[in-house]
Amino acid sequence: MTGVAEPVLDIRNLRVTFTGGAKPVNAVDGVDLSIERGEVVALLGESGSGKSVTLRSILRLHPAKRTRMEGAIHVAGTNVMALEGGALTDFRGKGASMIFQEPMLALDPVYTLGEQIIEAILRHENISTSEARRRALDWFERVRIPSPERRLDTYPHEMSGGMRQRAMIALALACNPKLLLADEPTTALDATVQVQILLLLRDLQRELGLSMLFVTHDIGVAVEVADRIAVMYAGRIVEIGSVRDVIRSPRHPYTLGLLSTRPHGGRLSGNRLPTIPGSPPDLANLPPGCAFAMRCALAADACRIAAPEAVEVGPGHQARCVRTAETARPAGAPAGVSA
Amino acid sequence: MSAVPDGVVAGVAIARSPGYWVTVLWRFSRDPFAVVAALVVLGLIAMAVFAPWLAPQDPFHGMSLRRLRPPGSEGYPLGTDELGRDMLSRLIYGARISLFMGIVPVFAALAVGASIGIVAGYVGGWTNTVLMRTMDVFFAFPSVLLAVALAGALGPGILNSMLALTLVFVPPIARVAESVTTGVRTRDYVEAAKASGAGALIIIRKQVLGNVLGPIFVYAMSLIAVCMILASGLSFLGLGVKPPQPDWGLMLNTLRTAIYTQPLLCALPGLMIFITSISFNLMTDGLRSAMDIKA
Repeated sequence: MTGVAEPVLDIRNLRVTFTGGAKPVNAVDGVDLSIERGEVVALLGESGSGKSVTLRSILRLHPAKRTRMEGAIHVAGTNVMALEGGALTDFRGKGASMIFQEPMLALDPVYTLGEQIIEAILRHENISTSEARRRALDWFERVRIPSPERRLDTYPHEMSGGMRQRAMIALALACNPKLLLADEPTTALDATVQVQILLLLRDLQRELGLSMLFVTHDIGVAVEVADRIAVMYAGRIVEIGSVRDVIRSPRHPYTLGLLSTRPHGGRLSGNRLPTIPGSPPDLANLPPGCAFAMRCALAADACRIAAPEAVEVGPGHQARCVRTAETARPAGAPAGVSA
Repeated sequence: MSAVPDGVVAGVAIARSPGYWVTVLWRFSRDPFAVVAALVVLGLIAMAVFAPWLAPQDPFHGMSLRRLRPPGSEGYPLGTDELGRDMLSRLIYGARISLFMGIVPVFAALAVGASIGIVAGYVGGWTNTVLMRTMDVFFAFPSVLLAVALAGALGPGILNSMLALTLVFVPPIARVAESVTTGVRTRDYVEAAKASGAGALIIIRKQVLGNVLGPIFVYAMSLIAVCMILASGLSFLGLGVKPPQPDWGLMLNTLRTAIYTQPLLCALPGLMIFITSISFNLMTDGLRSAMDIKA
């Protein structure tokens, strides 16, 4: 936190509750997160940990009728929670825009890629169609789509998965957003294409000085693109810090568990991969204390009474755990999580 | 560097996409049944439009001395009807009203039904329940019965029977529109459009209409054949076109008394109805599969 420039994204105590079902579901339960200009933060977590919900909240994409949102979200000084009607749609795409997981589903099948990008540009800027087409073409070149002129006139189904995701990135960047949100942009792609897209995103991010919030469940991807990693569990950020700190010296037992479940090259064949016992808690029925307590080998009575506060365990490195003293071990020796 | 260098791909010719409708037309042209059916439909429409030039005789002028001539008689290639009017001319003129009554109610119902269905599907919730359950009430009656009841209540006449037919076709079109819209509304590309700043109006106009209109249009085309048969049925029952207007349904009714003396003559208007409706059906079938490029 330099404190000099205003952060591009500033989330304070965000709570998102889905009220559509029989019981309210606490999908996000008090998230604080800020992203500086030109910084990439990866939100890491398993399915249902609330990482995508957090991401969508920044654009207020959840249906208003069935969602209760509390807390504060500011994007480059704009109070997102206070936006209504036209101001909100103006903000979407221009203030912050989003890359979706599956480009085949996120691109409209009945319009050409060019039409969709031009549409998005014209929505936000008062320029001529031919000027917008030039801009779309320019973006197609920047995301390194070969023969961009021709590709502008193709339909999504005529492109390969990697090309579609490039077009999706061009679409998201077309209006020069201040913040780019990426919702597992490589999950639906082949492994080789994944690497290309990650490299492209990283190059574009450096070239344009983009601020980016990157949601993934893949630790390798997070390490590849991010400056900082925030680990989410049951709607809370349980640990946040620089990539180096979180990966080399994780301090929350959940992060420790996650890292120890990765298959390493040197693992003997025939050995079972370590797992975290149990399953994530029901978000409609969260325990009063730490949500991870029931799966945690280090859980103490204090863990089950109240949700632990974030503890500063290093410069810019925080963990929401009361037993960070016990998890402070030299790297490579994870504490006994798999009891 | 990442990505494929431009130079490598430059050698491979990437054909410019021919565009959606060109692709649809090309796919359509490979279905021989559909092409023949489409040509028949075009021929029928041309026949209706150019009826005054095509008809060899006045369709209203009868001669009682020449009643019920069989097809192939001299001067009357398809014979004469029970009032001695030239059958060929009446069949040609009959295409006008029959096609008109088959097509116009369907397009009117398309406008109304699609609006209802899209609103119900997009807004959802109570609006959906109220609109669609109202449609279901109309759905509960067999379409023939409903058309007859409505036309009977409104009184005979072309306009009234077209109104009745429109009302008959609103519920099925609304139901298809609603189900397609509901499917589209939850798609990722609608959320992606929202995420890039599209408001409800843009989404309805672009994402919903763009994706919904195709399937509904094809469905409506398939209803034209049904509508023609229903319209003929209404005329047959005396609820639609009034004599002496030449309409295939009405002709079928008036000629039915001659079924024992001139069976071939009686079958002619029915044959026209059959040819028209099967052509529309085959054409729609071809169009449906040709437009289904994404599948």
